Amino acid sequence: MRAALPAPLRWLTSNPIWGFVALVFVFFSVTTDHFFDVGNVSNILLQTSTIGLIALGMTLVMINGNIDLSVGATVALAASLAVDIQGWPVFADWGNWALAPAVISGLLAGVAVGALNGLIVWKTGVDAFIVTLGAMIGVRGIVFIYTGEQSFYAMNFAYSDFGASSVGPLPTLAALFLVAAVLVHILLSRTVHGRNTYAVGGNREAAVNAGIRVGPHMLVNFMIVGFFAALAGVALSTQMGASTPNLGREYELWTITAVVLGGTKLAGGSGTIVGTVGGVLAIGILRNGMNLMQVPAFYVLVILGLILIAVLFLDKQLNRRGAEELRT
Amino acid sequence: MESAATAGRLNGVGSILARQGILIAFVLFMVGFAAFSDRFLSPENVTAVVRQAAIIGVMAIGVTVVVISGNLDLSVGSMLSFATVLVVDLHDQIGPGPAILVMFLATLVLGAANGFLVGVLRLNSLIVTLGMLSAIQGLTLIYTGGQNVDIADQESTWFAIFGRGHILGVATPILMFLGLAALMHVVLSSTPYGRRVYAVGGNPTAAVFSGIRRSRVVFSTYLISAFATGCAALILGSRVMGSQNNVGQGYELLVLAGVILGGTSLLGGSGNVLKTVVGVLILGFIQNGLLLLGFAYYVQWLVTWVVIILAVWLDIAAKRGRLLSPIA
Repeated sequence: MRAALPAPLRWLTSNPIWGFVALVFVFFSVTTDHFFDVGNVSNILLQTSTIGLIALGMTLVMINGNIDLSVGATVALAASLAVDIQGWPVFADWGNWALAPAVISGLLAGVAVGALNGLIVWKTGVDAFIVTLGAMIGVRGIVFIYTGEQSFYAMNFAYSDFGASSVGPLPTLAALFLVAAVLVHILLSRTVHGRNTYAVGGNREAAVNAGIRVGPHMLVNFMIVGFFAALAGVALSTQMGASTPNLGREYELWTITAVVLGGTKLAGGSGTIVGTVGGVLAIGILRNGMNLMQVPAFYVLVILGLILIAVLFLDKQLNRRGAEELRT
Repeated sequence: MESAATAGRLNGVGSILARQGILIAFVLFMVGFAAFSDRFLSPENVTAVVRQAAIIGVMAIGVTVVVISGNLDLSVGSMLSFATVLVVDLHDQIGPGPAILVMFLATLVLGAANGFLVGVLRLNSLIVTLGMLSAIQGLTLIYTGGQNVDIADQESTWFAIFGRGHILGVATPILMFLGLAALMHVVLSSTPYGRRVYAVGGNPTAAVFSGIRRSRVVFSTYLISAFATGCAALILGSRVMGSQNNVGQGYELLVLAGVILGGTSLLGGSGNVLKTVVGVLILGFIQNGLLLLGFAYYVQWLVTWVVIILAVWLDIAAKRGRLLSPIA
């Protein structure tokens, strides 16, 4: 019976989140006045770009069977560095070029946090959940110490202008997210590294036997998620023209929510970027649409939580791979 | 014994060091702090530390039971916000007694929801309680409408006993913390129920084959966790005599840090409530000691990072008999 399904429907059964995205999109287009509007749609993309960028890297790490709880703290670290360093007296006569060392340091800090996480997971064999839980607390501590609990403001207006700029109809940051999504999609589906990502998450023993160096492989993926968390932090600070030490709090939770909605399994071995982008959009559209319907933000939290649990339940019902499991 | 069998690079002294590493580190910390600060080991200071650690500690006792049975509970932080807001707000409306009753009922209902989803429907506990974290946060905000709540008559209410009072000369928070720990320790180590919790976490299949109703056991662990969180809310609400609606934000991970530091494995099947008490107290004493030595407040977060990873690493190293992971 399954084989008889037309191609688009078959695609939809493997990416049910896009069915949900289409559903809520149509729902809000019909029920609210300003939802179906080029301005609003690009607004949704802009609002989701931060979580979206992190989710791209998180997908790789989660397909590996790992997790990264430190991304929210990395967002704050990168944003604080990028906004602070551009104002350093050393760069006073660099003009707009002062943004380059600032942004680069922010991104490098993210890569460094990822590398440290990856190295610890590789060398000690401690579960990634615990390693990155530690890093989440520690990196947030570094942010508070570095900033002296202060917010920083970008004195160079070119910085916040970038956050508000557009490429054609698309906000630059939304375009950045979409380009990054395409790149990570290619990395995951067309390269050896991508194939290894699934192999390591699916069956680590087999991956080792196939000659994949699991440790360094996981290290690279942690560096990638660190990079994307830092990029998200920089992007967020260009939007705000500022950084606060509490930036990115609970982003790890939202990101994991988006990735799981997109069909990536916590156990590792499966997941796609197409699904993750669907998960990110689902959250973005719900938040935006309910906002337009003037549903208080509080209800959105409840509804998102319930949807996450419902998706998990449906997924279990649809893919009864565990049907032979003991019932008690 | 284990490490002798798999004699790797760790043997003799190395193994003992690795096994008792966290206790040794704890003693070194204590001696170090005591050498540099006269006040550190004074009875007043020690009492103050235990008292402050009581809220995290009480919650950690409940979460330990959940983790031993092989699951996670990330919803305790927002459940703490919810319970505290509820008991404080109802205090002035229906009196302290009924308020406490309603608070415990509501908290147990949330715990039952967790227990039903994880225990009966067998959904992944990390995602379920992540969804509940968001949903309960929303519920709290809906209840308060975003306002903070407080108790008008703070002087004469007997509700003050939980956070500010003494029973038999001991501060009530300490009594609740250590009392609950002793009670749970007895339940886990010397009752059939306790053995079932370990069995379900250690080897679910074997547990089911030996006639244990896994879903019931898992369900009950979430009730225990919710009850413990309710107790924590009593202490917190009574101490502050008011509450912000995000007061418990981030507590779930601090609680988990204490549990992990106590040596409970996230894989389930092993762990000990009394060691959780030690884990929570280590975090408390480190925080207090660093402050007494004049370090900036957030340095404790950095130290927590290092301590968590070292503790788990040494534990794993002692079990496998090698310091470094065998991952290629």
